Amino acid sequence: MGIIRAEKLVFDYIRRDEEENIEEVDRAIDGLSVDVEKGSFVAILGHNGSGKSTLAKHINAILTPTGGTVWVAEMNTADESKVWEIRKRAGMVFQNPDNQIIGNVVEEDVGFGPENIGVPTDDIWKRVDESLEAVGMTAYRYKSPNKLSGGQKQRVAIAGVMAMRPSCIVLDEPTAMLDPNGRKEVIRTVRELNQKEGITVILITHYMEEVIHADRVIVMDEGKIVMDGTPREIFSRVDELKSYRLDVPQVTELAYELRKAGAEIPEGILSLEEFVGSYMKAYAAQGGRENCADGGQRTDCRSQKEMQ
Amino acid sequence: MAIKVENLTFVYNPGTALEQCAVNNVSFEIPDGQFVGLIGHTGSGKSTLIQHLNGLVKPTGGKIYYNGEDIYAEGYSLRQLRSKVGLVFQYPEHQLFEVDVISDVCYGPRNLGLSETEARSRAEEALRLVGMKEKYWEQSPFELSGGQKRRVAIAGVLAMNPEVLILDEPTAGLDPKGRDEILNEIAALHEARNMTIILVSHSMEDMARYADRLLVMNHGEKAFDGTPKEVFQHYRELEQMGLAAPQVTYVVHALRERGVEIDEDITTVEEARGALLAALRLQP
Repeated sequence: MGIIRAEKLVFDYIRRDEEENIEEVDRAIDGLSVDVEKGSFVAILGHNGSGKSTLAKHINAILTPTGGTVWVAEMNTADESKVWEIRKRAGMVFQNPDNQIIGNVVEEDVGFGPENIGVPTDDIWKRVDESLEAVGMTAYRYKSPNKLSGGQKQRVAIAGVMAMRPSCIVLDEPTAMLDPNGRKEVIRTVRELNQKEGITVILITHYMEEVIHADRVIVMDEGKIVMDGTPREIFSRVDELKSYRLDVPQVTELAYELRKAGAEIPEGILSLEEFVGSYMKAYAAQGGRENCADGGQRTDCRSQKEMQ
Repeated sequence: MAIKVENLTFVYNPGTALEQCAVNNVSFEIPDGQFVGLIGHTGSGKSTLIQHLNGLVKPTGGKIYYNGEDIYAEGYSLRQLRSKVGLVFQYPEHQLFEVDVISDVCYGPRNLGLSETEARSRAEEALRLVGMKEKYWEQSPFELSGGQKRRVAIAGVLAMNPEVLILDEPTAGLDPKGRDEILNEIAALHEARNMTIILVSHSMEDMARYADRLLVMNHGEKAFDGTPKEVFQHYRELEQMGLAAPQVTYVVHALRERGVEIDEDITTVEEARGALLAALRLQP
């Protein structure tokens, strides 16, 4: 059994009028079951309103199910006596870094969580040191969070979660407000935590490029899981993804278009390197090889042959 | 010349320990009807710059002209300027407040002193322009999806009938389809009404597809100014500035280095598709 497990999860947002009568029921999650393996990196995709964030909020008991059950490290999230333990195990990072930072100094902000749960002072400092180190922000520990860039602020927010020694981090669109460098910084940090510290990562995002390194990609629509597989499997199904209002990375789309037009390029290309490799093979097999035979004037012929 | 910015400088908290120069001696002109993309890392001065364009902040130095008139000259009506130069802030849906969609969009034109009927017809037109169907007009704006809320907020600015529309990251947090829809609607406005558009975005892919011209800000200074094709040629410098080029630009450069003969200024998937098929001698 995985670290996070949901079984037939249902969640309704219920709107009531002044007399507390039910006016409208909006089903955000509709009978969803999922099992997340410890130490894995899972990305969740889905359009706005597909239920991703609602699902995320169940993982640390911000929301509890209307129907079905969610277990985090074998603890039922509906069990109120377990709420604090669950939140220690599963930390959350949200979209806007400015709404999550409270300390005047970076190290203070990171120490806020452990201090709140009564960790002894020496141990708090140890955790602050380790967490800042893990996200690569040690050099900024005495700085004011206001002076940091968006990506740095998000890394401080992640360090704050790490200081709680969680086994799992849920990130809900952590890069939506960041510039390209900030996005790379945050994703690199998250991958490192996953690989070096073995933290289970659940990443919700609208940027398809951020998903290609995940172990598993889950696509949600109307509160259900509609696609579930490795990035390569998921991104091979370009038309299906688009039908769920999603997209694919530019190289994946380009490879898909070339393949449709008859080029010999494999399905599910995810990275720039893969694209260049497969395209050069196709190129060498056609025009490139001919040019070589024509006299080998082109400097790239040798490398093309090597690639074949 | 619709907008002319001359040696614009803006310093936050001048004369204090927190003094910070956000915009440093920036000059450019934007002719009527251009679609301009404004890019730059967080804190590069983009937002401060656009807040000058409709007179929300007063420059520390330099001048801004709208249709040849100095907007900070005595007697110049900033109120009127703001109805001509519409500014859509980041996360504009946080500013929705009315009981239903149509009243929210009517708020601006009503404030301009238009009659109820005129305000209403402006609001209806604006809502149609952003693709909001009639069935939503009487609904509370707070019950809409993220993309729809954002459309209502943009309609609120469009109802003022602006000549220039400035949008600060209008697609942040939207799903890919929602992002494309909003950008297509903005491009349609640009086409149909010859509206001048200034779009701030962190998506280089979108910039390559939509903008006629890119302005790049770096540490408060103007770093590049040219067509997307020209600007993205400097992808290595852009990276130094915390930016990037669209992913296809990297594909094109990598393939060229390996001897594939394609144009180096390809910036969109469609262009790359054509060129790469041609290089494989396949029919597009």
